[in-house]
Amino acid sequence: MERVVRHFQEELGTLQSRLLEMGGLAEDRVRRSVQALEDRDPDAIEQVLKGDEPINELHIEIDNRCFRLLALHQPMAADLRAIVAAVKINTDLERVGDLSINIAEAATRYTLHPPVKKLIDIPRMGEIAQAMLRDALDAYVRRDTALAQAVLTADDELDALKTQVFRELLTYMLQDPSTIEPALDLILISRHLERIGDHATNIAEDVIFMVSARDVRHHASGTSLDRSDD
Amino acid sequence: MPTDAPPLPSLAGRTQSARSAEELPPVKVDVERVNFYYGTKRALQDISVQLRSNLVSAFIGPSGCGKSTFLRTLNRMNDLIPGTRLEGTIRVDGVDIYNPSLDVVGLRRRIGMVFQKSNPFPKSIFENVAYGVRLNGLTSSRAELHARVEESLRAAAIWDEVKDRLHESAMSLSGGQQQRLCIARALAVRPKVLLMDEPASALDPIATQRIEELIYELKKTYTIVIVTHNMQQAARVSDYTAFFWMGQLIEYDRTDKIFTAPSQKLTEDYVTGRFG
Repeated sequence: MERVVRHFQEELGTLQSRLLEMGGLAEDRVRRSVQALEDRDPDAIEQVLKGDEPINELHIEIDNRCFRLLALHQPMAADLRAIVAAVKINTDLERVGDLSINIAEAATRYTLHPPVKKLIDIPRMGEIAQAMLRDALDAYVRRDTALAQAVLTADDELDALKTQVFRELLTYMLQDPSTIEPALDLILISRHLERIGDHATNIAEDVIFMVSARDVRHHASGTSLDRSDD
Repeated sequence: MPTDAPPLPSLAGRTQSARSAEELPPVKVDVERVNFYYGTKRALQDISVQLRSNLVSAFIGPSGCGKSTFLRTLNRMNDLIPGTRLEGTIRVDGVDIYNPSLDVVGLRRRIGMVFQKSNPFPKSIFENVAYGVRLNGLTSSRAELHARVEESLRAAAIWDEVKDRLHESAMSLSGGQQQRLCIARALAVRPKVLLMDEPASALDPIATQRIEELIYELKKTYTIVIVTHNMQQAARVSDYTAFFWMGQLIEYDRTDKIFTAPSQKLTEDYVTGRFG
C-alpha cells in the first residue's frame, strides 16, 4: 500500500509479455511448417493449417490492450513509442502466422508429387527466418538496438538464399517439365520465408525506433523524430 | 438515459472476458430520478444511475454541467446551501439517505469527502487524522487511536513521509502531502464511500500522479466517486465514467467505452474536444 506503483507500468509489462507470447507462437509455427515440409508429414502439415486460432486471439487482445492504453493513459515519449511499436509488431507477428499457413498449404500440394530435390536451402531459410524473429523479439525485450541492427543485416542473407533457390529450381524445371508444379511450390515457400524475414526486419526497425526514436526504415539512415520537420 | 452499469471491461484480456453481469460488484449507491433545485433553477434533471462497490466512477462534463452538484447530493452536502431542494431517491446500501429521520452526521461519516483545495486543520499532522476518530468516539484507548492514525496515513500513502514528524503542524506539508493528509483524515472514520471533488486540480503533475495511484489502491477497499474537469484523469483512474451536460446525465458506461466508442454524439463531441 505504501509504495506508489504506477499501474500503467504494470499494464505495459503485461502488454510486453503478451506480445512475447505471440512472438513465441509465431516462431513456433514457422518452425513447424518448414519441419512438416521436410518430413513430408501430412499430420504435421494439417496441424499448422488448423493451429492459427491462438495467434488470432492474441492479435485481437494485444490490439485492444494498445487501444485501451492509448485512450486511457495518453502515454508520452518512450511509453508512446513502446505502444505504437507494439501495435505494429503485433501486425507483423500475425502476418508471420498467416505465412506459416501459406507454407503449409504449399507443402500440402508439394507432397502430392515426388520430391524435386533434397531440401537444403529452404530449411536453411527457415532457420534464418526463425532466428531473425527470435533476435528481433529479444531485442524488443532487452531494448537492444545492436541486436536489432543485426536482424536487419541477416535479412540480406535470406534474400540471397531466395534468389539462389529460384535459380536452382529454374534449372530443374527447364530440364524436366514434370517438376514445374512442385518446384513452383518450393519457390513460393522460399518467397513466404523471405517475407517472414521482412516482417522480422520490420519488428527490428520498430525496436530501434522504440528505443532510440530513430527511424531507420526505407534507408532513412536514422532520421530522428526531432528532424522530421526539416 | 442509461441507468444500470454494463459489465466490466473485457479488454484487459481474455481471462476477464468471461465476466458476466451477475459477477458485477453489488450496487452501493442507487440514484433514482433525482431532480435538484437551487431556488427555482433546476440544476439536475432526472438523474438515475447505479454506482457499484469497489469501483471508481468519474463524473466529467463542462463547467456548470451539474457534476459537482450531483456529487454533493450523495452525502447531502447541498443541505448546507439555503434554498436548495431535492426530488427523487438516493439509496446507499439500500438506505434512503434523504429520509428525514436519518442522522446526517453519521451519513457523512459513512460517505467521506475530499475537496479540491486541501483543507487541513491548523493542528498537528497526528491531530488532523485523530480528530474525527475522537469526535465520533471510534476508539477506546490511546494505543488504538494511534493504530488508527497510522493505518489511515499508510492507506493514504503518506505515512513514510510524516511518521517522524507527526506532531509538526499540518500546514508545514506541501500541497500534495496536505491533500493526502486530508484523504487520510477522511479514511480514519472508515467510510464506505469516498467522494472526491477535483482532488488533484491544485496539484503539480507528480503529486497528481501520486493521488491517482492512491485512488487506484483505495478502490480495493472503498467505493470512490471522483469529479474532475480533467478528462484524461477520468480516463486514467476510473472504471466507469458519467458524462454530464446541462444538468443531465448524458451517458454512463465503462470508462474504456466512453473514451473509445461512446454511444452518444454529445459524449463523443465532448471527449474529442469539439466543445466544452
